[in-house]
Amino acid sequence: MEHKNIKAWLYLLPALLFLGVFMVYPLIDVFIYSFEESYNFASQTYTGTGSYNYSYVLRDPYFLQALKNTFLLVVITVPVSTGLALLISVGLSSIKPLRQLYQTVFFLPYVTNTLAVGLVFMILFKRTPYTDGFVNLMLSWFGAGPIDFIDGSYAAKMFVMCLYTIWIVMPFKILILTSALASVNQTYYNAARVDGTPAIRVFFRITLPMISPTLVYLVITGFIGAFKAYSDEVALFGTDLNAAGMNTIVGYVYDMLYGNSGGYPSYASAAAILLFAIVLTITCINLLVSRKHVHYIS
Amino acid sequence: MEKEKNFKLKPLTYVFLTLWALIVLFPFYWMVLTSVKGYGAYNSEYIPKLYTLSPTLQNYADAFTAVPLARYFVNTVFFTVATTLIMLAVTILAAYAFARLDFRGKNLVFVLFLSLMMIPNELVIITNYVTVTNLDLRNTFTGLILPSVTSVFYIYLLKENFEQVPDQLYYAAKVDGTSDLKYLFKVMIPICKPTIVTITILKAIECWNSYVWPRLVTDDENYFLVSNGIQSIRENGFGRENIPAMMAAVVVISLPLILLFLVFRHMIMAGVSRGGTKG
Repeated sequence: MEHKNIKAWLYLLPALLFLGVFMVYPLIDVFIYSFEESYNFASQTYTGTGSYNYSYVLRDPYFLQALKNTFLLVVITVPVSTGLALLISVGLSSIKPLRQLYQTVFFLPYVTNTLAVGLVFMILFKRTPYTDGFVNLMLSWFGAGPIDFIDGSYAAKMFVMCLYTIWIVMPFKILILTSALASVNQTYYNAARVDGTPAIRVFFRITLPMISPTLVYLVITGFIGAFKAYSDEVALFGTDLNAAGMNTIVGYVYDMLYGNSGGYPSYASAAAILLFAIVLTITCINLLVSRKHVHYIS
Repeated sequence: MEKEKNFKLKPLTYVFLTLWALIVLFPFYWMVLTSVKGYGAYNSEYIPKLYTLSPTLQNYADAFTAVPLARYFVNTVFFTVATTLIMLAVTILAAYAFARLDFRGKNLVFVLFLSLMMIPNELVIITNYVTVTNLDLRNTFTGLILPSVTSVFYIYLLKENFEQVPDQLYYAAKVDGTSDLKYLFKVMIPICKPTIVTITILKAIECWNSYVWPRLVTDDENYFLVSNGIQSIRENGFGRENIPAMMAAVVVISLPLILLFLVFRHMIMAGVSRGGTKG
């Protein structure tokens, strides 16, 4: 038994080492950082302990802007993308010819480099002295615009940001929802057909309740994902997100840590822990609310 | 009655799905189209054209000569291969220990592992950045790779798969005097190959697209990955106005994953629906 014990731990050793050094230790450390006041990177000294870092971050206008941007992004993109993905998935499940082709096309954004394709979005939306860009060309067909989506008004920038985020998260949602729809027991539909139930009623009385656990899963992962938005914004607005006024909470953490405004790991830690607390709270609320309304079958 | 309704609904469904397909595909079309437009031609189009009559490959030549795109590319390939291989070794060994070996405290350790799945990367990246800086590992591949290796979720996924291999095989192998390591390589890995391929591909996609960590630990262009490369090209590469060359670089960067996806389509989609999330 003793010998067996040692062997098992040897198999686990690499994983334990990696997780210990790069996950468990940092996890403890980040809490310590967040309470150490005016920590200095170079000398690794600090002047005192307390909650000053938190109050600093909570008063920092950049953090508040990031908080606002992130909340707007979450509140807009999660419902829109989930609803749209549901529509598309229902459409996909109702057709036979070309379904595979559509599925493949819809999944493409998942395997693309966000930074690279974000650049394409930027060019489609950006106004330069040389051109108004393709989107403004389309707007002009309807007699609207031109609007500068990349350096213009807050609403315009927020619109592009949400649009790109939705474009990026759709593949995952469509994939998960189509497989959920495919796994609904056919007997229910047959019974409904015998009774001559109208399609709308079938959707709301059978399909929706049956896939509600999947929807909850998507909403929760969607919330978590949107709260952690960062790379998509960099792709659209460049690395100086504070200047563009489009920073996110995660962006704020990294800016505090690194770059021109960086060198403050204590503030970064406090902001990261605040983010974690927000995500945890919202996930718990989601779970509690859904427990009342979701239909689970074993 | 039902038929009649179908007649109206079916075309509508196709119109709707095609519309979304166009929205998905258009950025890809625009990126390829712009990348083959000449620099002069592109900049003289105040109203962008949806096609070009004189395609050129000059932008691709520029993309490889004016900026170190080839280097970014090679760096990313190396980073992706090394990270994925180390991840595989670590994951397979750990999953085997959890699935097949007995040891004291196994359940406790496994629960602790699972609870680590909830920890967001943003929370640990700060200390990792400090650790790597203090160890003088900035602008090295070691610093890039090591913190990117661990994936608790893949250990969990593989452990579940390993457990489905019948116990009898193990006992038979033991009777024959086969060592655990040999059993792992000769029996377990071949049987669970689909799962292993899936996690390999998912990890490779993740590595290819990683941006945040490489941005934090590299500021020397010689160690840039494609994501950082594209960002630096955008900010000071060809001169901000050479958009066709930028798009050529974007095409070059996007192509490997799209090809990988088209070849392993079913495996990737099955793998993602089993619990992959992006990032």
